[in-house]
Amino acid sequence: MTLTAAGCGGASESAEGRTLTVLAAASLTETFTALAETFESTHPGVKVRLSFGGSSTLAQQILQGAPADVFAAAGPATMKPVTEARLTAGEPRVFARNRLVIAVPPGNPGRVHALRDLAGRKLKVVVCAPQVPCGDAAQRALRAADVEITPASHEQDVKAVLTKVRLGEADAGLVYRTDVRSAGGRVEGIEFPEAAEAINDYPIAALAEAPRPKLAREFIDLVLSPQGRKTLTEAGFESA
Amino acid sequence: MNAHARVPWVLLVLALLGLAFLVLPLAGLLIRAPWSTLGARLTEPQVLEALRLSLVTSTLATALCLVLGVPLAWVLARTALPGRGLVRALVTVPLVLPPVVGGVALLLALGRRGIVGRWLEAAFGVTLPFTTAAVVLAEAFVAMPFLVISVEGALRGVDRRYEEAAATLGASRWTVFRRITLPMVAPGVAAGAILCWARALGEFGATITFAGSYPGRTQTMPLAVYLALETEPEAAIVLSLVLLAVCVVILAALRDRWVSPP
Repeated sequence: MTLTAAGCGGASESAEGRTLTVLAAASLTETFTALAETFESTHPGVKVRLSFGGSSTLAQQILQGAPADVFAAAGPATMKPVTEARLTAGEPRVFARNRLVIAVPPGNPGRVHALRDLAGRKLKVVVCAPQVPCGDAAQRALRAADVEITPASHEQDVKAVLTKVRLGEADAGLVYRTDVRSAGGRVEGIEFPEAAEAINDYPIAALAEAPRPKLAREFIDLVLSPQGRKTLTEAGFESA
Repeated sequence: MNAHARVPWVLLVLALLGLAFLVLPLAGLLIRAPWSTLGARLTEPQVLEALRLSLVTSTLATALCLVLGVPLAWVLARTALPGRGLVRALVTVPLVLPPVVGGVALLLALGRRGIVGRWLEAAFGVTLPFTTAAVVLAEAFVAMPFLVISVEGALRGVDRRYEEAAATLGASRWTVFRRITLPMVAPGVAAGAILCWARALGEFGATITFAGSYPGRTQTMPLAVYLALETEPEAAIVLSLVLLAVCVVILAALRDRWVSPP
C-alpha cells in the first residue's frame, strides 16, 4: 500500500494508503504532531508524514523540488522565496504568531529582568544568527529597546539557543515563548514589552505541486479551525 | 603497460563508479557556482575571517593531537597494558559518535557546569565554551582518532630489531623512542597528521555545539557555510569551494613532500 503511494505522486486520491506530507518549522514540532494525529483520526486511511526543520532549509528543499503538500514557516521571509517561485497554491495564510521571551536557567543566576540587563554586563547571552527568523526578531526587539548586546554566540536555530540556556552555558538567550513552554521547568521565561515589536507571523500554504491537493486544503482548514487554534494557543502561540 | 592490460574489468568498473560517486557532488558544486560574482564574494571580510580562523584552529588542533596522540598510539602498540582492547575501542569513540553528540559531551565535561569545567571556572576563572580554544578542543576531539589509528598502524609495521639493537647498546626507552622509533614512523605520523588536520578543517557538529558560532571568534568555514545556506545558497557554494580549494592545495602539497608513495 505504502509502495503505491510513494511510487507515484499522481495517483488518484481515492487510492488506498494516502500519505500527506507536511513540512513545518521546528518550533511547530509539538503542535503539528498533535494536529496530525487529529487529522489522521478524522481521515481514516490517511497518513500524515511530518518533516520538521529550520524554515529556510525547508524552503530550500521545496525550491529544489522536494515532493510535499503543505508548508508551514516560522516567518513570512522564509515563505517568500516559495511564493515568488509560484510554488504555493494560493496566498499563504497566517495561522499563529509567536513572541520572543528571555530564557534563563532555573533560578535566574544572571539576575536578568529586562532586555537592557543583557547589555554591558559580563553575562553570556546567546541569540539566533541574524539570518534566521528568530535572530531577525531578536534584532528588531533589541533595536526597539535601543539595547546593544555582544552575544557569546549566534546560534543556528532557536532550539540551539534553548539548549545552551538549559545546560547553563548561557546566562540568557532570546527564544520564542513556545520554546520556554515546551522546555517544561528547565528554563524560565521572562516577558519583555519590546517583544511586541518583533512578533513573528507563521504562514501556511498548500503547495502548487502537491500530490494530495485536497488533503492539503483539509489539513490547512484544521490548522485554522477553532480546534487548531486551541492547540496552538495552549502551546504558547498567539492566535492570528 | 602489461600490468595495466591485466586489470580485471570488474574492478575497473567498480573503481570508476566509486570515483564518480565521490566526484559527482563536487561537480555539482562547480557547475552551480556563481562564477560571475565569485571574485567579489571571495574578498568579503567575513569569508577571509572565517578562513583564517579555520586554518589557525585546525592547525592548533593537529598540534594538540600530535602531542597527545603519538604517545597514546605508542602505548597501544608497544605495551601490554591490561584492557588495551578497551582503550583502543575508547579511542575510536569520536569516530562513531555523531559530532553533535560529541559537542554535547564536551559541554557536559568542560562546560561551565561540566564535571571538569566547573572546577576550571572556580579555580582559574576560565570558561571554555564560546571561545576559540573551545573550537580547537572540539576539532581535536573528533580528529584525534585518525592520528592515533594511523600512528599505531605505523608502529606495528616497524621492524622491531632496530629498537632492540639500540636498547642492547644501552639506550634508554625514551632515547629509543626519540632517536629510532619516531624517525622510522615519521611517514605514518605525517599521514595521520594530514588526515587529522583535514578532519579538523571540516569539523562542524562538535564545534557549533561546544563553541557556538560568532564571527571572528568561533565561526569557522563549515559553520559559515551552514549559516549561508539558510539565506544565500550561492554564498554557501562559494564558501564550500574556498574550503575545498584550500584543502586540496594543502593536501596535495604536503602529500608530495612528506608521504611520497613507495
